[in-house]
Amino acid sequence: MKISLFVTCLNDTLYPQTGIATVTLLERLGCEISFPFEQTCCGQMHLNSGYQTETLELVRRFLDVFEKEDAEYIVSPSGSCVAMIREYFPKVCEWAHDTALETRAKVIASKTLELSEFIVNILKLEDVGAYYPHRVTYHSSCHGLRTLGLGDAPYKLLKNVRGLELMPLENSESCCGFGGTFAIKNPETSTAMLSDKMRCILNTKANTCTGGDNSCLMHIGGGLSRMNTGVRTVHLAEILAQTEGRA
Amino acid sequence: MPFLNPTTYQKAAKTALENPQLRRNLGKATTAIREKRLRVVAELPDWQQLRDAGAAIKTNAMQRLPELLLQLEESVQKAGGKVHWASDAVEANQIVSSIVKSHNAKEVIKIKSITTDEIGLNDALLESGVVAIETDLAELIVQLAHDHPSHILVPAIHKNRSEIRELFLKSFNIKPEDLTDEPRALAEVARRYLRQKFLTVPVAISGANFAIAETGTVSVVESEGNGRMCLTLPKVLISIMGIEKVLPELRDLEVMLQLLPRSSTAERMNPYTSLWTGVHADDGPQEFHLVLLDNGRTKVLGDEVGRQALHCIRCSACLNVCPVYERAGGHAYGSVYPGPIGAILTPQLIGLETAHAQSLPFASSLCGACYEVCPVKINIPEILVYLRGEVVKEKTGFFNLEGAALKSMAWVFMDAKRYELAQQAARVGQIPFAKNNKISSLAGFMTGWTNSRDLPSVPKQSFRDWWRENKGKS
Ligand code: SF4
Repeated sequence: MKISLFVTCLNDTLYPQTGIATVTLLERLGCEISFPFEQTCCGQMHLNSGYQTETLELVRRFLDVFEKEDAEYIVSPSGSCVAMIREYFPKVCEWAHDTALETRAKVIASKTLELSEFIVNILKLEDVGAYYPHRVTYHSSCHGLRTLGLGDAPYKLLKNVRGLELMPLENSESCCGFGGTFAIKNPETSTAMLSDKMRCILNTKANTCTGGDNSCLMHIGGGLSRMNTGVRTVHLAEILAQTEGRA
Repeated sequence: MPFLNPTTYQKAAKTALENPQLRRNLGKATTAIREKRLRVVAELPDWQQLRDAGAAIKTNAMQRLPELLLQLEESVQKAGGKVHWASDAVEANQIVSSIVKSHNAKEVIKIKSITTDEIGLNDALLESGVVAIETDLAELIVQLAHDHPSHILVPAIHKNRSEIRELFLKSFNIKPEDLTDEPRALAEVARRYLRQKFLTVPVAISGANFAIAETGTVSVVESEGNGRMCLTLPKVLISIMGIEKVLPELRDLEVMLQLLPRSSTAERMNPYTSLWTGVHADDGPQEFHLVLLDNGRTKVLGDEVGRQALHCIRCSACLNVCPVYERAGGHAYGSVYPGPIGAILTPQLIGLETAHAQSLPFASSLCGACYEVCPVKINIPEILVYLRGEVVKEKTGFFNLEGAALKSMAWVFMDAKRYELAQQAARVGQIPFAKNNKISSLAGFMTGWTNSRDLPSVPKQSFRDWWRENKGKS
């Protein structure tokens, strides 16, 4: 199956290992991957900060870049960026009363998928042959959970990872307090939310917290690192990419 | 809006978060009601269809608002009631005051109504020499404490029972040994005080949960029965409602009365649902006034995206699930409408000119829990995001650092070459800050992050560099 990878600007710049793992994993599962070099950012941060004019330009640019691709699907290892594309691309165009762009956005939105839902719902796979001998807990990021409705797709994948012990997370549906610039604009409230999230994570006794979104993991990991907890954050793609030979 | 605190959300939340008792009270109360709501909602297999139906009824009602309001006026008049139109708080207060005065009343009893809080009715009445007595227990507590409600449905959610006991000892001159902090004992004190008021005060004031255009029927949904007393015992009843509360037909209540109690108090049906139509000889109030309040609502209705906020049936489910509300409480929103609904409704009602109004759409991590529970499916995160755009438009003209940063970032993202150069620049620029692959301290507005969290440092190779090296050019 031919797919285009939208790696996201955050992963490209700060978490290249997540992008590399996504490529390794999807190639192992038989996908032919293209990476359009012109891609940059989906505009999520601009939208959430209220910069709609700039967002609209970035949406238009994203569509220009990915419409040129002849792949069946656009896959991305980031729940919030996929939520931006699927949910907000059409809305931003609608708010600007640009119906032509809205139609284009809807086409791209309909073929853009988050990594775990792509594997479970399109490739119809739950066991990807991964090996990861650690105690792991899963943080279901809000965008993945609520906007995309990923449901149990990530859990299905994790349950089939050999050596992995999945530790249930209390209050798993509550937000970690990141929310993009929210963490900077409302640092006290954000930190109060993060503390509760970290307490739940530490209670699981897991040594690894995973998730489908490096922005939330950056937030949680940043807190865990500051507190010297010894618990690390690892993107789901990196767990699924590891096999026995390469562990 | 009279109870408007001009402090921005950020500042008010910071103060609230420094109060550990408040955080405990809130955490306990919201967690309990959240779990209960989940249980009663799960009992209904058609909950999602009910939500769809609720949303459809409200959308339809808003589209036909002018016509429905005229129909409501006619129906109420036919049933013997009087209808008054108030374009703003001042007008509404004048209307109510003059009705009260015409009966020479020195006291009025009130059933909890956020709309009257919105217009500051109690203060306005006091100015004309009339004391308004709140009869909802929690609302009474807030009134006695000279405090403000912090929750739509549980106005005293921020107070625990020992705090309430202290308040009652003081307010009713009770000896400490005569009152425990048992909820039953506390309620008894309030009951004795209120009973006497119900039987003697001639004028009552209520809000309205719904009003039916077809029949002129007005409805109030409550838990304690004190509302029922207000609605039936006094000679004169004045009900004040926002114009968005009108529903086309009586049968719309079938949907709404299933959605509201489950979402608000997590009950299958609330204990008291009162419905009345005009006046009836020798039964109930002999004079009924309905005040229809605009106070910014038609302006909200004019906004294609923001108008969804008018669908709200004030159930408060969005407050109870909101992680931001749970941490900082209702007062931080500086308005009678707290929580997620407040963050989208207040700035639209009062306009986006003040720093306070501008801060509200940003008082959210956009986690979407509110949208998930809203019984009439108001897409609160969408409106928050949309309003942030309106705030930024409002702010154009003067220089701000964040705006400059985001605009230049957009310029960078518009070109892949510029973007790659920026990646390289970040790698070099971080050198003074990065230690052991992490950044623990930054200056300026970024301290908001690094005060409690590390940041990863920028790695040597970006993903695209890796791809170039290993996969060749795409
Ligand atoms: S916005 Fe929705 S959930 Fe919140 S109070 Fe209104 S009806 Fe209830």
